[in-house]
Amino acid sequence: MLDTTQIERHTLSVLVDNEPGVLARVVGLFSGRGYNIESLTVSEVDATRQLSRISVVTSGTPMVIEQIKQLLDKLVPTHSVQDLTVGPAHVERELALIKIVCIGDKRVESLRVADSFRARTLDSSLNSFVFEVTGNSSKITAFIELMNSLGDIEVARTGVCGMTRGNNIDLVG
Amino acid sequence: MSKTQTVAMMPGAEVILKVMEAEGVDVIFGYPGGAVLPIYDALFKNNSIRHILVRHEQAAVHAAEGYARSTGKVGVVLVTSGPGATNAVTGLTDALMDSVPIVCLTGQVPSHLIGTDAFQEADTSGITRPCTKYNYLVKKSDRLQANIEEAFHVARSGRPGPVVLDLPKDVQMLDAPFIEHKSAEPLAQRYKPVTSPQKAVIKEAVKMMKQAKKPVIYGGGGLINSGPRASDALHKLVNQTGWPTTLTLMGLGALPADDSHFLGMLGMHGTYQANLAMHNCDFMLNLGARFDDRVTGRLSEFAPFSKKIHADIDPSSINKVVNVDLGVIGDVGETIDALLAEMEVQSFSPNAKAMTRWWEQIEGWRSRDCLAFEQAGPIIKPQKSIQRLYEMTKDRDVYVTTEVGQHQMWAAQYFGFHKPNRWMTSGGLGTMGYGLPAAVGVQIAHPEATVIDISGEASFLMNMQELSTIAQYNLPVKIFILNNEWMGMVRQWQELVHGKRYSESYSSSLPDFVKLADTFGMKGLRASAADDLDDVIAEMLATDGPVIADIRVEKEENCFPMIPSGAAHHEMILGPEDETNKSISEEGKVLV
Ligand SMILES: Cc1ncc(C[n+]2csc(CCOP(=O)(O)OP(=O)(O)O)c2C)c(N)n1
Ligand SMILES: [Mg+2]
Repeated sequence: MLDTTQIERHTLSVLVDNEPGVLARVVGLFSGRGYNIESLTVSEVDATRQLSRISVVTSGTPMVIEQIKQLLDKLVPTHSVQDLTVGPAHVERELALIKIVCIGDKRVESLRVADSFRARTLDSSLNSFVFEVTGNSSKITAFIELMNSLGDIEVARTGVCGMTRGNNIDLVG
Repeated sequence: MSKTQTVAMMPGAEVILKVMEAEGVDVIFGYPGGAVLPIYDALFKNNSIRHILVRHEQAAVHAAEGYARSTGKVGVVLVTSGPGATNAVTGLTDALMDSVPIVCLTGQVPSHLIGTDAFQEADTSGITRPCTKYNYLVKKSDRLQANIEEAFHVARSGRPGPVVLDLPKDVQMLDAPFIEHKSAEPLAQRYKPVTSPQKAVIKEAVKMMKQAKKPVIYGGGGLINSGPRASDALHKLVNQTGWPTTLTLMGLGALPADDSHFLGMLGMHGTYQANLAMHNCDFMLNLGARFDDRVTGRLSEFAPFSKKIHADIDPSSINKVVNVDLGVIGDVGETIDALLAEMEVQSFSPNAKAMTRWWEQIEGWRSRDCLAFEQAGPIIKPQKSIQRLYEMTKDRDVYVTTEVGQHQMWAAQYFGFHKPNRWMTSGGLGTMGYGLPAAVGVQIAHPEATVIDISGEASFLMNMQELSTIAQYNLPVKIFILNNEWMGMVRQWQELVHGKRYSESYSSSLPDFVKLADTFGMKGLRASAADDLDDVIAEMLATDGPVIADIRVEKEENCFPMIPSGAAHHEMILGPEDETNKSISEEGKVLV
């Protein structure tokens, strides 16, 4: 039996036909039932076959997570649903752009921090930078917190995308 | 597609009808308007598809539901854009909740006007997304045929449900390709629900069945949706196991009501023996039911001593509200067949000693005779009216629809169903106003049959405009109104849960139903006293055309037995004497 008490965070990867209304159906499935979406990214990944991949991070009891996977799988345009969190080992990445406005010592320090996080500088002015940083979500959160202590910041994050390690390929079945 | 297939170009509206003909559609329930005029024009010239003009789009969907549930075929609806589509929403939601296969064509403003707040524009695909199994906004003529074909496939396969095709007017008018499918091969489909259960799972299921000492079979609407074959298979299974069997509201008819293994309906207004068998069983075989809250009562105390198997075609139904020990994904008819075959392989035989003891216990509960009532004096007991209706129609080919309320529950309790597809009621959504239009759909599908809408006076008023449809097509529908001058079910809850404060639940200013029948050219009858009852039913049944029978029943009768909301199966209230001892908990009051 499933344990219904514990909240778990899962990253799901869903391959769907890229047709109108698909994203609305996916989002509606969550909102209509009060399920969480922590992040969601979507983009076409195969132009000839018109397939999109939706990566969604959600949290809930094991029963709810199971329910979400089944409901996603049931959608007419869905080809596959992978639960990266319970499957074989996987990688997850997120990209963030962070603009920081600061001067003097703080400006120097922000560059040093960015360097240690392997962030790239996309834009600079006399009192600002735009950094690009990729990594797992906790690394990005840590980076944002540090930047926040050094100046005023603006943040844009893509949300998580991920896939399994190894030679297994998720194809249209 | 093979090369023998030729592509013909014709206006979209004609393509729509051609594809529907190929899908076996013989009747459409609809209502015209500006955005579907091209389809109505094509219908005008069409000889094979019959159009039934309803009087409200909600009724079109319910009629299609009645048609679908009584035939097993897809029900088809045609409505205009904007208000036509929004009026259909209740029906679509009803069909989604009760897994009824419906294809609903909605007109839409021309493509170039979408998004401009054009006259009678509504975001139909947005509005209907949560109340359909799937929906399409058909923007490209070259996808028209494929979209319609997929819509029918999606509506009828897996767990059935409603599908909307939103059709901009230009798509209906412009030429579109139509390919006649000469080959008998089914089209390749991307939607492929699993219908055959896995062998290993069936093996495991039979192993578990062998351990059962106090088993119960709990069957649901899936048995009906699976087709009559599933009911036959259930019959076999019940005979081979000798197991007690209960059915949900949606499953009634899957096992003949007079089968000695049948315990009656379970759940909130189910029988004492069915609910106590559920509570005390050590093994539960759920066949195509979904652990609805009307059935389970308080979840924490639902069948606490049992191992559970749940067979369902919808994987998302399994472990949704009740954790089970084994889920079997597949068509329930196929699943029962597979179980029967595997039972032979594993030489299953029921545990005779345990079964004798279990049946003794069950017969003890059954002997409480929880549906007993007393017809004393001249005032007609509602239970009596259903009982007599049942007894007097036994030798007929009878189909029953209902509205929602006490009368619906009494119908479920006192009308016996012996075959699947004979009982059409709004279970999941509980839609007042369902029964009259549903009866229209049933009667269209079965012109020779006796079709009865068991109605309440309040529900009847919700879609009574359909009397006009009934009159137009001279449908011999019998409208049997249990008139208690109350929204009886609401009144009952107010009595039991809200200190008898009868807030807004009185049915005031009712029409004279006999005169109402007269204005539509129908026969109107009234039974005011118990002595009139048989005569009125007899005259109603002897009448060739439609009849409204106003059955004046006991006004403040409550529907028992009842599991109060928030209570468990073994905490049933059996009748008015019982009611004072069992008060409804604060948590229970929150529930509906
Ligand atoms: C469309 C709709 N509105 C409201 C309700 C809530 N409701 C459930 S039963 C009921 C009363 C039904 O009264 P009536 O048709 O006279 O049936 P009775 O219970 O008296 O047999 C109401 C208002 C409902 N089920 N459907
Ligand atoms: Mg009433």
